[in-house]
Amino acid sequence: MTDSDPIRRVLTIDLSTQTSAVDERPELFDAALGGAGVGIRLLEEACPVGADPLGPENPIVLAVGPLVGLYPLASKTVAMFKSPHTGNLGESHAGGRSAVALRQAGYGAVVVRGRSERPVYLVIDRDGVAFRDASALWGLRSSYTVGGVLREREAGSGYRSILRIGPAGERLVTYATVIAETYRHFGRLGLGAVFGAKRLKGIVIVGRRTLPVADAGLYRRTYDAVYRAATSSDAMRKYHEIGTPMNVLPLNELGALPTRNLASGRFEHADRISGEAIAEGYLGRRLACAHCPVACIHLAALRTPHPSEPYFAKTDMLGYDYELIYSLGSMLGIGDPEAMLRLMDEAEVQGLDAMSTGVVLAWATEAFERGLVSTTDLDGLTLAWGDADTYVEAARRIVTQPTDLYRAMARGVDAAAAAYGGAEFALAFGGNEMPGYHTGPAGHLGYLLGARHSHLDNAGYSIDQKAQTPDRLPDPIGLVDAIEAEESWRQVLSSLVVCFFSRGIYDADTVLAALASLGIERSEPELRAIGDDVLRRKRAFKVREGFDPKALHPPERVYRTPSPLGAVDRGLVDAALAEYARRLAALGE
Amino acid sequence: MAKRLSIVDPDRCVGCQSCMFACARRTGVGGVAGARIRVRSAGGMRKGFVVIVCRACDDPPCARACPTDALTRRPGGGVTFRSDACTSCEQCREACPFGAVLWDDEEDRPLVCVYCGVCAGYCPYDVLALEETSVEERGDD
Repeated sequence: MTDSDPIRRVLTIDLSTQTSAVDERPELFDAALGGAGVGIRLLEEACPVGADPLGPENPIVLAVGPLVGLYPLASKTVAMFKSPHTGNLGESHAGGRSAVALRQAGYGAVVVRGRSERPVYLVIDRDGVAFRDASALWGLRSSYTVGGVLREREAGSGYRSILRIGPAGERLVTYATVIAETYRHFGRLGLGAVFGAKRLKGIVIVGRRTLPVADAGLYRRTYDAVYRAATSSDAMRKYHEIGTPMNVLPLNELGALPTRNLASGRFEHADRISGEAIAEGYLGRRLACAHCPVACIHLAALRTPHPSEPYFAKTDMLGYDYELIYSLGSMLGIGDPEAMLRLMDEAEVQGLDAMSTGVVLAWATEAFERGLVSTTDLDGLTLAWGDADTYVEAARRIVTQPTDLYRAMARGVDAAAAAYGGAEFALAFGGNEMPGYHTGPAGHLGYLLGARHSHLDNAGYSIDQKAQTPDRLPDPIGLVDAIEAEESWRQVLSSLVVCFFSRGIYDADTVLAALASLGIERSEPELRAIGDDVLRRKRAFKVREGFDPKALHPPERVYRTPSPLGAVDRGLVDAALAEYARRLAALGE
Repeated sequence: MAKRLSIVDPDRCVGCQSCMFACARRTGVGGVAGARIRVRSAGGMRKGFVVIVCRACDDPPCARACPTDALTRRPGGGVTFRSDACTSCEQCREACPFGAVLWDDEEDRPLVCVYCGVCAGYCPYDVLALEETSVEERGDD
């Protein structure tokens, strides 16, 4: 990097003492580029062994990468923390505007430590950090209101990001999100609860500065190549036109769309909640993350008649994506698009992770049908597939937690099943609720082996989809190799913090040219070594915090419901898991 | 004829800010500090975006406010800026009702559109276009 690049600056904030410091850490960014690579190193430094995820000792690390503010689609901020959901490595990536704002505020990473005595929000800009009283914002019913208040009160419109939690984060739901701007999130694994435990309501990041380039000619040429690819490729056009929900119909056709707690891989109302149907009936706006010309974010305009005021209706703009249509649609048997959109909006209002919420509600519905939980446990509610209004009520109760059942559900589907039974249909992998792809063994192994237990770690499902028939799947060792190779390369992308949707654009040559234009000379083997090192460090952190690969297994349900590759092959899954456990054990030697 | 930027279709704006980065990149740098165009939400992203750029007024209030003739009226509308005459008084910034005189905090100078159209070339959704000004060219009088 050039000597004037501010990415080397790491801002450390202590909420307990309301103090902060900036350290120059060029060695971190030289070794690991940024993002996930720098994030895991800062987490190793800042998180004591055995830290309580909801204790003041659990740090929040936010990191961006060198391409941010300089290249299109370098638009993610990586958060690293210890997860209150799994009790182990927490990592979450958010789009929106935080990456570009943080980079232009003049930092490569932020570490937030301690716990504030009172609710607080932070304003980070080039001068450092300001601590603002948030006691009046604590307890606001909707995350939208929090965003609106911060937007009005703080400066920098157009050059900033507004991160905040909703009621779910305050109430420590272990899968609470941090909402970025509106409609983007640090989802999964419960960063929102870590904010809540620190009494940290939000972070406003304001940044606008010039970022240096080492070779202006190479910069412009590489920029134009990336920009052209992003605005002209068919894949990117689909992300813009329909967005991620373009997957609903094809996955349903294959029989890979989890439906009614994965009792089936097909949903009879898929055509009503497809990306095409919602776009035709409701699409009201498309949005982009800062510096991304693709604009894959889709908002539905939903007009709702007022219950008592005649001739009056309100129009809401509601975000939707494939994973929400799966988890709060097909998974709950909801085929009415308007009802589904309202349930999605409730997750946004509360600041709940949509995927975990949907899986928890799906488990609760089946547990209720089987008599494992009662109407009393459910605080008077009767859950039924497709009844979205009752699911909205249940989602609110996950946050308010009026009964032991909801207190358990607020800690995830594994916690709920441990207390009430039904583990065989509690759809979590490594403690994290299932994503929306029942494609076959590679998909499920991908969730289990991934460092975050996310479908985004390694896209195992795409191995299933490429194989098309079970006999064309790799053998167990080949399967683990393929999953690890993809996950390793994705560490490079998430250290650069380019969006995974652009992984076809940011191939190794493009990455090397982009880095060279900024004065960062690397070779492809060096990049790949960084990927391997980041993945190794993440796994070592997990082992350090008690992760046992031998305890990994998919829920029984995935073996019962046929996938597009037929019944999921238990022998293949077991052999691959044994191979993975062997590799992890070798890591510690 | 003189050119100016036209905001053709703000409803299609997705807020990607590619225009802002393009403007700053003209001088071979990243970031948006040097951008002469600004895109911000219209009060939350659900309401869409506001695009702020010099509209090349026929009788520009920023030039009239400039006490040192650093900003002068351009034939055909809009202004021309001479940095060496500027005293950083910020009166041009105050004078523009659109807020289109942005400020370069690093150089302490106004950021004045040069009507080159690079930003429009990087707008993926045809929100912006470079067009002829409707003002007839006339000499400064």
